[in-house]
Amino acid sequence: MRKFALTAIAAAFAITSFSASSQAAGNAPVPAAQEWSWNGLFGTYDRAQLQRGLQVYKGVCAGCHSLKYIAFRNLTDIGFNEDQVKAIAADYDIEDGPNEEGEMFSRPGIASDYFPSPFPNDQAAAASNGGSIPPDLSLMTKARVNGPDYVFGLLTGYEEEAPEGFDLAEGKHYNHYFPGHQISMAPPLYDDAVEYTDGTPATIEQHAHDVVAFLNWTAQPELEARKSMGMKVILFLIVLTAMLYALKRKIWSDIEH
Amino acid sequence: MSAPVWNNKVVKWVDDRLPVFTMMHHTAYEYPTPKNLSYMWNFGSLAGFVLVTMILTGIFLVMNYTAHTSMAFDSVERIMRDVNYGWLIRYIHMNGASMFFIVVFIHMFRGLYYGSYKAPREVLWWIGILILLAMMATAFMGYVLPWGQMSFWGATVITNLFSAFPIIGDPLVSWLWGGFSVANPTLNRFFSLHYLMPFVILGLVVLHVWALHAVRSNNPTGVEIKTPQDSIPFHPYYTIKDLFGLGVFLIFFAAFVFFAPDYLGHPDNYIPANPLVTPPHIVPEWYFLPFYAILRSIDFAIFGIPAKLLGVIAMFASIVILFVIPWLDTSKVRSSAFRPVYKWFFWLFVIDTFVLGYCGAKAPDDYFLGIEGLHVITMGQLSTLYYFAHFLVVMPLVGKLERTKPLPASISESVLKGGANA
Ligand code: HEC
Ligand code: HEM
Repeated sequence: MRKFALTAIAAAFAITSFSASSQAAGNAPVPAAQEWSWNGLFGTYDRAQLQRGLQVYKGVCAGCHSLKYIAFRNLTDIGFNEDQVKAIAADYDIEDGPNEEGEMFSRPGIASDYFPSPFPNDQAAAASNGGSIPPDLSLMTKARVNGPDYVFGLLTGYEEEAPEGFDLAEGKHYNHYFPGHQISMAPPLYDDAVEYTDGTPATIEQHAHDVVAFLNWTAQPELEARKSMGMKVILFLIVLTAMLYALKRKIWSDIEH
Repeated sequence: MSAPVWNNKVVKWVDDRLPVFTMMHHTAYEYPTPKNLSYMWNFGSLAGFVLVTMILTGIFLVMNYTAHTSMAFDSVERIMRDVNYGWLIRYIHMNGASMFFIVVFIHMFRGLYYGSYKAPREVLWWIGILILLAMMATAFMGYVLPWGQMSFWGATVITNLFSAFPIIGDPLVSWLWGGFSVANPTLNRFFSLHYLMPFVILGLVVLHVWALHAVRSNNPTGVEIKTPQDSIPFHPYYTIKDLFGLGVFLIFFAAFVFFAPDYLGHPDNYIPANPLVTPPHIVPEWYFLPFYAILRSIDFAIFGIPAKLLGVIAMFASIVILFVIPWLDTSKVRSSAFRPVYKWFFWLFVIDTFVLGYCGAKAPDDYFLGIEGLHVITMGQLSTLYYFAHFLVVMPLVGKLERTKPLPASISESVLKGGANA
């Protein structure tokens, strides 16, 4: 039993150190860890925050970034009812077709549509952004090391002037957390970038926290279901394993070993 | 082995014509097992469990996966978002690969420690190595399927290794790719082979267990079963012990699946593959890191053989060498519990593989553990050297020179005295 426990601990330690070391890379500073509502074993999303984050995405980021894995119908997950979802969808013009005449046409969005992309293709996106393509944001917080902290750091980590001696290229902006520090995205957020419908003070930090929370939901919409199922599964397994252990002791009690 | 008597008429009817029940009785019920096996002997059955889990989750993933470069990434996201419990199936499969390697690596280190590769278990050990090779091929090809950045670039780097071979190198690589770069034909054949290989592994496992039952399990003393007192029937003693071990393992597994599903993966694989953008660090999955370190550590040519080719040879040799250790190990004693000198070398070897893993994760010119002046590449070279020295120098020499502790006369005697460590 003792050996077994040691083995398990050693194994856990080993993979922890491996994966920690395989992820430490790059020359940018490590972004400060934020307190996210979904941190920890029991953390869940804060619906009001996600809705504010959606507002920031729609009001600011959507001008450049797509969100192509999210359909309007998914918004029921963050606390909108079906009528609200229909209303949000109807605000968008969606290209559809071809119709019976063979023409493409535009119609108001419906719940099953996905968030439309701001640019028709990568070339158009690059042409409007100084040659850089604004990446899709649906998976952003999973696609970077310490994703949520990183994106928060990125959004709030701009400097108006590059430090002395730093050679900032034309059309680039200085950012503490972007690898190489030169990013094509102009600082997207500022105080009062959007006016929150729930009256929350619209500071730049608030905007950044909210939009990151929203993007973490778009990246991991299953997070709450996953954790709550995990709790039940692990509790069940602990009870089962304890019972198996008792049974093992019982069965082995007549064996000298 | 006595033939079991079947009371159930149907069972008896079938068994008289095809003795599957008798076979199952012999293998999983009556199989005489040393009574002193430690929990280190749980990992074989755990590996079998993980294999079945991988096959089952894999089959369900395939129902919703699309093997085409323009759709693979999206189809995986669809599984994660729209397929009922798709996230669960995918996260089990994803983390299951890591669990498989954890379990099998422990299983192999157990074999190394207790000398389970020595006569008469050489063929059993060989089949194990074949299983490891097959697992590595399977995992590598599976990782390509989601078609993220690491999928694409990992596949590019690893398949490119074959270009190191003279003359046949380049044609071989194009043949593997089915074209002139990693592209749709590559993805399709990897998908096909990724589905095939687990069943090859399954077949190898059958052979593995067959060989095991011919030669019987080793045990912590390394002394063979001599009298009936030394062994107990597999059922119920080891069935319950394996089940308990399975419970503990599942808790560990579930902790990853439900609470840190992406912890063992690389964030870049959530970026769709892009042949025009090379990620700054191309890192294989953790279970390949020690081998990757060996590959990279050869950065010099010998006798005009280019470094790259030597690296590839060294990497394959690091596994192939396992085939001959039954003869490299000259000790008459199996279990390291009775080998006071070799025991230390064993643990040094374990540490060495961890150092290699660390080196594989880092860029070659990083500092090792941040130690100024000690580059990862240097440390990787030293640990590669030790890796081979362990088999080629330590094993033959220590076996000859070491004075081993007296072995117990039998398993039962050792049990009465308090086990292999007494
Ligand atoms: C004016 C267009 C524009 C707006 C508005 C904009 N972005 Fe960007 N964003 C870009 C461009 C262009 C890039 C690519 C930068 C590069 O590669 O240098 C980018 C990159 C990013 C990245 C990826 C950085 C990395 O590590 O690769 C994130 C995250 C990001 N934007 C988030 C946001 C968020 C959140 C918002 C809304 C608050 C937003 N962006 C608004 C243009 C924009
Ligand atoms: C799919 C992967 C594998 C499965 C399912 C598997 C399964 C098993 C099982 C059920 C046992 C008996 C229980 C035990 O002793 O732990 C066993 C024993 C053994 N396996 Fe494996 N195995 C796998 C991979 C390997 C590998 C990669 C090696 C080494 C190269 C290996 C070497 C051995 C040896 C030497 C034994 C006998 C050990 C002893 O009795 O001391 N196996 N295996």
